[in-house]
Amino acid sequence: MINFDFEYCKPKTWAEAIKQYNNYRSQNKQVMYVAGATEFISRARMDEVNPEVIIDIKEIQECRVIHQQNSELIIGAAVTLTNVADSNVFPLLTKVVKQIATKTERNKITIGGNLMSNLPYKEGILPFLLADSKIVIATDKGLEKRSILQVFTDSINLRDGEFIVQIITDIEIIKQPFFTEKRTKQSSVNYPILTSAAIKVDGLTRVAFSGLCPYPFRLQQIENLVNDPSVKGEKRIQKIMKQLPAPIVEDMHATQKYRAFVFERIVSKIIEQMEAVS
Amino acid sequence: MLNQVVKLTINGIEKEVYVRNAETLIHTLRHELGLMGAKPACNNGDCGACTVLVDGLPLNSCHTLTVENENRSITTIEGLTDTTIQERFIKNWAIQCGYCTPGFVLNSYALIETEPDADDATIDEWLDSNICRCTGYQEIKQTVKEVIQMRGTNE
Repeated sequence: MINFDFEYCKPKTWAEAIKQYNNYRSQNKQVMYVAGATEFISRARMDEVNPEVIIDIKEIQECRVIHQQNSELIIGAAVTLTNVADSNVFPLLTKVVKQIATKTERNKITIGGNLMSNLPYKEGILPFLLADSKIVIATDKGLEKRSILQVFTDSINLRDGEFIVQIITDIEIIKQPFFTEKRTKQSSVNYPILTSAAIKVDGLTRVAFSGLCPYPFRLQQIENLVNDPSVKGEKRIQKIMKQLPAPIVEDMHATQKYRAFVFERIVSKIIEQMEAVS
Repeated sequence: MLNQVVKLTINGIEKEVYVRNAETLIHTLRHELGLMGAKPACNNGDCGACTVLVDGLPLNSCHTLTVENENRSITTIEGLTDTTIQERFIKNWAIQCGYCTPGFVLNSYALIETEPDADDATIDEWLDSNICRCTGYQEIKQTVKEVIQMRGTNE
């Protein structure tokens, strides 16, 4: 049970959503965008968020599309993980999102919601980081395209009032050979000890991880080492370990030491498998 | 406006309910409409006890606001009658305490309708959405497989 009240808006266009947001903000109200609303409900129930207005973007046409246009794949932010997986337009993304939550929850969780999650995992972002995707953002000034690598640090940084409308990915990238593996403490449905994803583009392997550190990451210095055959075996892994962007997480799912152990094994596996791909 | 009238089709019958925007669907079903089949348990989308079908798709009714479901068609366990899956759940004793059963039956029903040729991995993927604290998983999975096989044979 959510123990506070809020206004609920369901705009039909992104411009209407922005207008509603600005209108309520001018009244000093706390406003929040939602799409699948699953995380909102969980957090509201726990009293972690308490907006006075929620704006539900799932009826906005541009947020619901999933199609190819010229050389680009366009996925709307309000497309559910089930629809992303069933469409299988981006095989690496399919495999990654099928490892998030349960099948029933994936019928409601959206790709945009996963990318903007308050949780540290946001596993759906890994394929987009690897593909140098662009995100289309609704702003005061209209729709803006920004590189996901530019707006993502430890989360996707949007300005007040903005929301993700679409994610755009180069068709050529999504056809490339890939690897992904998720490790959990025990059951198949759980938060990750480590989720890994890799693709090979123009002979070079790109890697991204979630669950290891407090936020997902893809780092050039790690990829340089992954692609450097002059540093062999265990030595290469140890060098990679020194490039992590933040301390390894220790929590109820795994100790720091165990996460490091899993990471080392997975990185070795990625190097081995991707080197075998021509 | 913190409350509103929401039109829903519940088990084939059009209903209008006056709800708080903050109200989850499970609350509306149980406390506004008297449909007690969807069971509250985790209230966090983790266990599947509150599963209902929205436009044929399983959703956790604890993890959806009633206002999100305007003009949508909702099937609760009360709306599912005389189906093979229900009959086989009973015949195979795919039931122990029964608390999770409505969720499992609705999810299994949707699985069979959506994926009539589901293999083991697909069945596992779907049934992973529901938790049975009596751990009667094997009988439930066996029942789903049996109904899939029966339908395959009859076609």
